[in-house]
Amino acid sequence: MTAPLETASKPSAVQHLGAIALAPVRLVMGLIDRPLRALQRMTGLSGMAIFFLAPNMLIFGIFVLLPLFINFVYSTTGGSALFLPERSYVGADQYQRLFDCSNYLDPLTCQEDAFWTAVSNTFWFVVLQVTLMIGAALVTALILNRNLAARSFWRAVFFFPVLLSPVVVGLIWRWILQRQGLLNFILYPFGVDPYTWLTDRTWSFAAAVGVSLWAHMGFYALILLAGLQAIPKDLYEAADMDGTKPARVFWRITLPLLMPNLVVVIVLALIRSVQVFDEVYILTGGGPGTSTLFITQYIYETGFVSQPRNPGLAAAASILMGLVLVVLTLVQLGLGRRGEKKGKR
Amino acid sequence: MGRAAAFILRRRGGKGWHWTDIVTWVWLIGGLFIMFGPALWLMFSSFKTPAALAEFPPSILPYTSQQVSVEGHDKPLTLYDVTLPDGTTKKLAEVRRIGLFSQMVDPAKPDETIRVNINSRKPVQELSFATENYTGPFVHFDFFRYLWNSVFVTVMATLITLIVNSMAAFALSKYEFRGRSVAMLIILATLMVPLSVIMVPLYSIISALGLFNNLWGVILPTVATPTGVFILRQYMLTIPDELIDAARMDKASEWQIYWRIVLPLTAPALAVLAIFSVVWRWNDFLWPLIVLSRKELYTLQVGLSIYSGELNVQWHFILAMTVVTMIPVVLVFIFLQRFITTGIAGTGLK
Amino acid sequence: MGQITLSNVKKSFGNIDVLHGINLDINDGELVVFVGPSGCGKSTLLRAIAGLEKITSGEIAIDGKPVNDVTAADRGLAMVFQSYALYPHMSVRQNLAFGLENSKMPKAEIDERITEAARMLEIEPYLARRPGQLSGGQRQRVAIGRAIVRRPVAFLLDEPLSNLDAELRVSTRAELAALHARLSSTMIYVTHDQVEAMTLADRIVVLRAGKIEQVGTPLELYNTPANRFVAGFIGAPHMNFLEGTVSSVQSGNLVVALADGYQLAIPARETSLEQGARITLGIRPQHVTFGSGDKSIKAKIKLVEALGSETVLHTEVAGQKFLVVIPGQHDLASGMDIDLSLSSAPIHLFDKDGHRI
Repeated sequence: MTAPLETASKPSAVQHLGAIALAPVRLVMGLIDRPLRALQRMTGLSGMAIFFLAPNMLIFGIFVLLPLFINFVYSTTGGSALFLPERSYVGADQYQRLFDCSNYLDPLTCQEDAFWTAVSNTFWFVVLQVTLMIGAALVTALILNRNLAARSFWRAVFFFPVLLSPVVVGLIWRWILQRQGLLNFILYPFGVDPYTWLTDRTWSFAAAVGVSLWAHMGFYALILLAGLQAIPKDLYEAADMDGTKPARVFWRITLPLLMPNLVVVIVLALIRSVQVFDEVYILTGGGPGTSTLFITQYIYETGFVSQPRNPGLAAAASILMGLVLVVLTLVQLGLGRRGEKKGKR
Repeated sequence: MGRAAAFILRRRGGKGWHWTDIVTWVWLIGGLFIMFGPALWLMFSSFKTPAALAEFPPSILPYTSQQVSVEGHDKPLTLYDVTLPDGTTKKLAEVRRIGLFSQMVDPAKPDETIRVNINSRKPVQELSFATENYTGPFVHFDFFRYLWNSVFVTVMATLITLIVNSMAAFALSKYEFRGRSVAMLIILATLMVPLSVIMVPLYSIISALGLFNNLWGVILPTVATPTGVFILRQYMLTIPDELIDAARMDKASEWQIYWRIVLPLTAPALAVLAIFSVVWRWNDFLWPLIVLSRKELYTLQVGLSIYSGELNVQWHFILAMTVVTMIPVVLVFIFLQRFITTGIAGTGLK
Repeated sequence: MGQITLSNVKKSFGNIDVLHGINLDINDGELVVFVGPSGCGKSTLLRAIAGLEKITSGEIAIDGKPVNDVTAADRGLAMVFQSYALYPHMSVRQNLAFGLENSKMPKAEIDERITEAARMLEIEPYLARRPGQLSGGQRQRVAIGRAIVRRPVAFLLDEPLSNLDAELRVSTRAELAALHARLSSTMIYVTHDQVEAMTLADRIVVLRAGKIEQVGTPLELYNTPANRFVAGFIGAPHMNFLEGTVSSVQSGNLVVALADGYQLAIPARETSLEQGARITLGIRPQHVTFGSGDKSIKAKIKLVEALGSETVLHTEVAGQKFLVVIPGQHDLASGMDIDLSLSSAPIHLFDKDGHRI
């Protein structure tokens, strides 16, 4: 009874250091306490609730809600001036400009050809990237869910690029895909001549898809793996007892039970994919030409880079993209709720 | 050894190799190379001299030609393995090259020059790390400033995120008050508003507040993360309300309840949020790129992207800076990987 | 000091009324137990007294001063929670000190009080530990200690024994009684366990659906339950109820016909009952003996539980369940018919609304 007692009563060196480091925090928090007690006496508990909520809501309000509303106003104004009062009202002109097209399938027939190029690029990017992403993530998750030795190591392998910054990802791959790069080095023995992959329209688009796949696949694989691990083991054991074939187990047990997770992952991947920007911007800068120009880059360049810049047009384009995202999110929420109900039943 | 291999390569059922076992190992080994390979390649490349970087085919490890200083020559000379006409090989230093021939000298006997066909000599390679790639950016670019700016933004944004989000989560999990569901709804709605949708008006608000070209302009819009509020609220809901009642009976003020009872008990969730926040803020790119236009304010990510976008890309510096930029995240990955992966699996957030 | 007065206390959550006007006087030094089935509002009433729950109307006064608008912290009460609610990240000592530090007490006095309470509760060896390193019983003592060091006007205890195992519950119950005797301060104790209530209470308050059913000493409640609910709630195993009708009323005697026509004559002072009135007889299982003759009933044994010191018989009397507890061991088997004598049993009578007659 006394032995564990003594170890417990002596605080470790770490605890000592922690206490010293926390001392100033304690002091500050203690000083704050006195005025806050007064506030509590005046406003009561619900007043304190507002007090705790206020900083977050204030920052939300100023930096998220306010811009959201102003954005609509911006999209109805013209000129290159930044501040709203200096901008002139143009009604739906910006939207008209965006939609001024004789053939929507051919961006070059549009007044804002860059926008439609970006839309078409983004569309194909989303289709390709999400399809490949879900496929690769599903295979990875299924493999990681097997009875592997050192599973957490393998999980870490696939997760590693997820944490890297988009700039680092872009630079790593730019370095690999350049003329003296690793890819050409690997292909050299197979008789492929060194090639500058990123100056080729098709290859640079493929690189954009591949690199974003590399950077994000681990994240989706991880969510799917969590879903797979949530499937009760006894279902598989029961199937095993019945002598069910592995392929049938996959189609009849694994996939249906994974469906809710899969849907979430697909929509999440769609939402992220529509906003593709950073790593591709570093990798290709949108080029060559406009072959890897995506919507976010179009908004950024229209609003901030191009001379003269056109914040109104950028705002209109961003609202259109926002609408797509809202639809996708609502789909996700709807499907998520349906999945929940199914799970309960 | 055999037993270890059997353990590592164990298969379902153990009834010989099923095709799925082959797919599994091809995928895993391939994944190992594809996922780690590029970053390792970057690491090795970052230690190469500009000359070695321009070589094709490139070597994997950073090699340089060995140099030797010879009496009577001001500059160090490159050392070569030379096959002499009599069939013997000798280490000679090259003085100068004339057409197909090279004038060489034995470092031991500096007075005697030897004419050698360039095809019969090979540079002596040695493993050497071009550490000047790492020290150079401090001199040539304001690398230290960028590093400091990134650290400042990351630390400040994370601290404020933790405080502000935990306060909001506390209010939303432990109080009944009018407007609570409205507040929840607003926070939920902002989950749908990514930066790319509001960057134009947000930029004007930052400018109006005088935060353009100011690190606080980078920090403030990022701190009220809805994800953070959700993670913390979810965790705080598991703290029993009786504990808070007990503290109230113990004459604790609401503020004391927040920071002496609730915050310490939320430590695990705070740690998860702190790690996420550090990674998010360290990696942020588009918003700092918009807000910061003065060189001395660049964060690492912005500085890197600007210098890598220049016409004459000084790759040896860029590669080294990229490695340095990557280091904190790699450290986080190595030490906290399990923590992060379970965090993501549990919340579905990135 | 520690007199608590409740006048017409009402509490509702939204449209749901939880307390319907509670009136109660609790004297200084008294141990009052609130008992009732779960959901009867006893915990809400306790939390209202503590100040953790705002009451909808009525008045709560401590030592004559209304405290409706006084916060929980300033009412001078201390509470022991069902889950103990010990701060898991603080040592036992810090747990005890937290409340005292908040009221800006000098450190020397804090130490003195903690030492004293720790000695009284025999938790001195654990002062440096965290609650997670303690057993259930030790945690319970710490929770009580946290209340004691505050030297409160009154102690509020919310089912403090419900998380302990059966054996520990009995010993801790005795310790609590001793503690109350020693501190002689007011205690309000909430439980759903009538045994706890009977053993601990100076007075018991029986609550049902937000109303007080009866207030009294344990024996008052046992001997003269005010209604059928209290009668059934107090005493274990609970009282037998036989439904019947009054077949005749004579002076001082009441003849009751049970369901199968069986007649039973009972001495009764009250004669306001009329012939044909529906009536319930209440008989405690321990008050029944074997025997035939006057005031006896026939029973059929359904199940015999031999506990050694006593025998519990599940029987059927006039088609109704009837429980009998007889001291000692008896050679009986299910299916047997026996005669039970009620001659020494106090028979409680309840009218059709369940009120005592």
